[in-house]
Amino acid sequence: MATTEVERRRGQLAALSIAAVVIIVGVPLWWRTTETYRAWLPVSQIKELAKLQLHLSADVEVVFARGTVTPEQQKKVPLTQTQNMEHRVDGDSFNAILTPMRLSNSASVEADLSLHTLSESPSGSLVVYVIPESSSLLPQNVDVYIGQRRTALLRIGSQMRVGKTLEQLLAHMEPRIKQVLHVMSFSHTDITAALSNRVRISPGNKESIADSMRAFKSSPGYEITFSLLNPDPKSHRLHWDIEGAVETYIQPLLTKLSPVANFSIDSQTLYYAMLGVNPRFDSSRSTYTLNADSLAHVINPVEARLGSNAASSNPVLNFLLYIPDAHHSPLYIHDHKKQQVPTNAFHSPRWGGIMVYNVNEFYEVDTVFPVDINIDMAKVMGVFLAQLRLLLGVQSSTPPPGFLVAPCGNAGLADWELDRLMWSRSVENIATATTTITSLAQLLDQIGNIVINDNIAQQVSSAVTSLQLAVSELEAGNLGFALQYSKEAILSSERAFFDPSLLHLLYFPDDQKFAIYIPLFLPMCVPILLSLLKIVSEARQKHREKKPKKD
Amino acid sequence: MAAHRCSFSAVLFALWGLSLLTVARGQEATLEGNDRTAVVDNPESVAGAAEQAAGQPAAEDRRWEATAVEEVSPTEAGGGSDSPAPKPAASPPSVPRPKDDFQEELVIRPLHSGDIYTSFQFRTLWETDFTRENKVSHYRLFPKSLGQVISKFSVRELHISFTQGYWRTMQWGQPYLPSPPGAELWVWFQDSLTDVDGTWKELTNVLSGIFCASLNFIDSTNTVQPSASFKPLGIGNVTDHRFLRYATLPREIVCTENLTPWKKLLPCGSKAGLAVLLKSEKLFHSSFHSQAVHIRPVCKDDQCKTTSWELRQTLNVVFDLHNSGQGKNEWSLFKMFSRTLTEACPVASSSKIYIDITDNSQGEQFELSPATPLLSQAVVLGDRRTFSVYDLTQQITFGTMRSLNLLIRGKSSQGDMLRPLLHAERYVAGYGLQTGEIHTLMYNNHPYRSFPVLLLDSVPWYLRLYIHTLTVTSKGKDNKPSYIHYQPSKDRVRPHLLEMLVQLPPNSVTEVTLQFERALLKWTEYTPDPNHGFYVGSSVISSLVPSIVAMDTNNSRERPLFSSFFPSKEESSYFVRVYTEPLLVNLPTPDFSMPYNVICLTCTVVAVGYGSLYNLLTRSFQIEEPSPGLAKRIANIIRKMRGVPPL
Repeated sequence: MATTEVERRRGQLAALSIAAVVIIVGVPLWWRTTETYRAWLPVSQIKELAKLQLHLSADVEVVFARGTVTPEQQKKVPLTQTQNMEHRVDGDSFNAILTPMRLSNSASVEADLSLHTLSESPSGSLVVYVIPESSSLLPQNVDVYIGQRRTALLRIGSQMRVGKTLEQLLAHMEPRIKQVLHVMSFSHTDITAALSNRVRISPGNKESIADSMRAFKSSPGYEITFSLLNPDPKSHRLHWDIEGAVETYIQPLLTKLSPVANFSIDSQTLYYAMLGVNPRFDSSRSTYTLNADSLAHVINPVEARLGSNAASSNPVLNFLLYIPDAHHSPLYIHDHKKQQVPTNAFHSPRWGGIMVYNVNEFYEVDTVFPVDINIDMAKVMGVFLAQLRLLLGVQSSTPPPGFLVAPCGNAGLADWELDRLMWSRSVENIATATTTITSLAQLLDQIGNIVINDNIAQQVSSAVTSLQLAVSELEAGNLGFALQYSKEAILSSERAFFDPSLLHLLYFPDDQKFAIYIPLFLPMCVPILLSLLKIVSEARQKHREKKPKKD
Repeated sequence: MAAHRCSFSAVLFALWGLSLLTVARGQEATLEGNDRTAVVDNPESVAGAAEQAAGQPAAEDRRWEATAVEEVSPTEAGGGSDSPAPKPAASPPSVPRPKDDFQEELVIRPLHSGDIYTSFQFRTLWETDFTRENKVSHYRLFPKSLGQVISKFSVRELHISFTQGYWRTMQWGQPYLPSPPGAELWVWFQDSLTDVDGTWKELTNVLSGIFCASLNFIDSTNTVQPSASFKPLGIGNVTDHRFLRYATLPREIVCTENLTPWKKLLPCGSKAGLAVLLKSEKLFHSSFHSQAVHIRPVCKDDQCKTTSWELRQTLNVVFDLHNSGQGKNEWSLFKMFSRTLTEACPVASSSKIYIDITDNSQGEQFELSPATPLLSQAVVLGDRRTFSVYDLTQQITFGTMRSLNLLIRGKSSQGDMLRPLLHAERYVAGYGLQTGEIHTLMYNNHPYRSFPVLLLDSVPWYLRLYIHTLTVTSKGKDNKPSYIHYQPSKDRVRPHLLEMLVQLPPNSVTEVTLQFERALLKWTEYTPDPNHGFYVGSSVISSLVPSIVAMDTNNSRERPLFSSFFPSKEESSYFVRVYTEPLLVNLPTPDFSMPYNVICLTCTVVAVGYGSLYNLLTRSFQIEEPSPGLAKRIANIIRKMRGVPPL
């Protein structure tokens, strides 16, 4: 009896120790060897980014010209005044609070206007010159003049001169300055449009949606392609001096825009490129017409031949110059009201523009085909330049009444317009990068199978740091740096998101894993479990036997 | 060369003449005459046809300049009685002379086997500099996608071919442009490039997108850097093979999806010109189909001060007599391509069809309709050939029907083909799945001349070559190669590269044998159909072959005696590249359910061993009464039934 009891104890101990070895050594070993490598990600910082609040601030310098400030008002300078104005854009995961004004009142009260015009103000800042009411600088009915640089002239109204101190004067002028700021830097609608892809906005009017959809999304570079479509090379031999035209018309604008993005320009000639729609013959005017509602189908067959850029993956802006063939000439585009479009051109949002260039005035009665035709590039490039401005998002919003905007100079773009673009681009970049990073973090969190390599972790953290830097630079009003950092953030976040190594082990479903493990696990675990059960039941039985003995 | 200079000066003359257009109409006419004679004067020599083609753009240029002068300086011309000499330079043309030029050409050669060989060539020349930094590029005739590839990847020369089928040299003779089955890509990069391998990888990926082909499967395991076989075909004297990459994909299957992007590169697409004939359902219903793109820098003029880029798109098809001829030996454009020609491509400066009528000088082999008076002679692949020429830029070619449907009606299939002087074949010998032997046979059919050939073999790493077993024998004797370049493979990194220079004795077969061992691959490295076998790319044999024209010393043709003593230099030998068949080698292939079987088996063995060990350790053993035997139990049952107490 005693020997069998000892033997039984020994068996139980053996079973228990085997179970212990399996649990202490086997399970962790299996766990460690089948684990996927996951580098550390700054998850908490990413979560912070998800509920980011954007503060935008712009420096506004108000300069009073001689005769606008009374001596007693003059005493209280210098002074800096910060004005906060909050717009709220509420979205699912994105809050943006905009504080667009820090009013710094400069000491140079009696400044020389011309001197200040020369001094270069940093991008993002504004200088507002306040001129006396009687000044003849501005025409009679104009209160505010917006120059080509980052300057504006503001005529001081008589009702504004009531204040005793400078603060009061400034408080009177504030709504005007805000208006100037909205025109020259950013307004609520701009920022909302920039965030439109990230934030669900209550549907506004159709026009503003169309406006926000038109411009290309922010990207570190753009490819601009001019294509000359010659559907009828048998009758037209076309010559276009695209090289010279690009140099004169397009290049200055792009040089100006170089802080925003890199541009590369190409041009090509496509023969036998037909439009997708047969133009209708208008017998009353003996012309051919394209209706506005059929324009959507025009570019489809052409697009197959345009070709994408083999050398980069930046978005392509297409500008097509279509010369109608001799049998469908002249060709005019009609808008929805059946009116002839004066430029004979149209553009497609986020795609490019098409211009129809009629050459039938070159035909004579006894013309021998082919005809040599020199295309008037000034006419063409004027249209393309306007389209390019629209597609790049250089908005020419209508100024409030009483405003006079200086015509843009040679570059086709005023400094403040560039600033405006940079503001909205920075905000858009930050929003895009944040969404990319948060969704990547979410994805990695949800699917445990994905291997996270060190380089991905590095990209993610560099994206996060650039994002934080961009946000703080925006807050400080350093527009140039903010844009730079936001671009870096976009680049590294996209690189992390589209890294092919994330896909390697994605398809390794659990049921297949278990099919492989079962032949090993089942025969090993069943005896262990059974003997453990037996030990437990015996122990319970013994326990029960002891109880009645006590009783 | 002289002719070229002649036409150049003719252009200058024409310019000068046109500036005097309004002054002296008569004078202009005489100059026109001069020009024409200059073109006609072209000697019909080696590149007679090419020279004619070169004469064509000169005429075109002149016409363009004319409109410019008339447009720009009507006042000048009105008061143009002052000194005429500086005038051509003084009046800048508002329409610039186009810097690019496009030519198209189709050669049809009836083969002795009764098949028909058609070869399309489209050539775009562009005077530009892709290597300039940060440049705005404006494309007119040159395709934009290829231009961007050249400038982005610093390509100096690019040759890519896609071939379906194998060129049967013994039946068909030499092709105009040889290509191996599958895809072949070789690229010379600019010597300013630092990271050649990275650029090569990117380039293959981009080209794979452009041509819809699996070129992205080109990686370091099938890329080699031949030291001698592939020299640049364009200008430039950098021959450091560090900037050369060569790869083949013998498995690549070529079909419509490769033809469509290829056609898109043409300026006229498939809308006009010779390209309307390129209809894929006919082109791929053939014995051999090969399309290629060659880009190289060439000289602009004979001084070679400026370079132009040449893009040559070629397409070679051999139509099968029995497939589409229905037994009748009758061919027409419509029968072959199901289209006829109605016009030349309007932007092409030359558009011609050549038909090889060398063996048909008296019309004994076939009959050609419509007949053409234009004939052209050229030395092609060392043989003097005669061609009938149809110029599509002339309206008269199309006749009253306004469409050209060439008809070749074969009369007899007699006549013997001249045997190609060089051809080669290759096979794998041996049995079993462990070792094998590659045999390459090179035939020199020249009766009395020996010539050297360069043999290039690129063998994947999973065939481990035993280079010490390399033997080269011809006519039963050992033939020691004068140059051997061998680069051993590295597993999963790079293939074997073997290049050697072998002298082929006249009228002989030279056999190169090399033993190899088949490697075992990892289970993920097998293709989806591993039992089909693994392809090994064609060997490439490059050689300067003595010309047949030079061989022709038996005075059978009537030639002046003074011209036939020394073989003239240009014609004495010509360059030939011959590709052998690709090999299909079986590798030891595992059963692919093996991993799971192994797991199950191992687990079962482990479980059985573990189970018995576990039982031994945990069971408690006690002596038990042995149970009564079967007989005793039966006896007991019987006793129980009888009511007797059991035993």
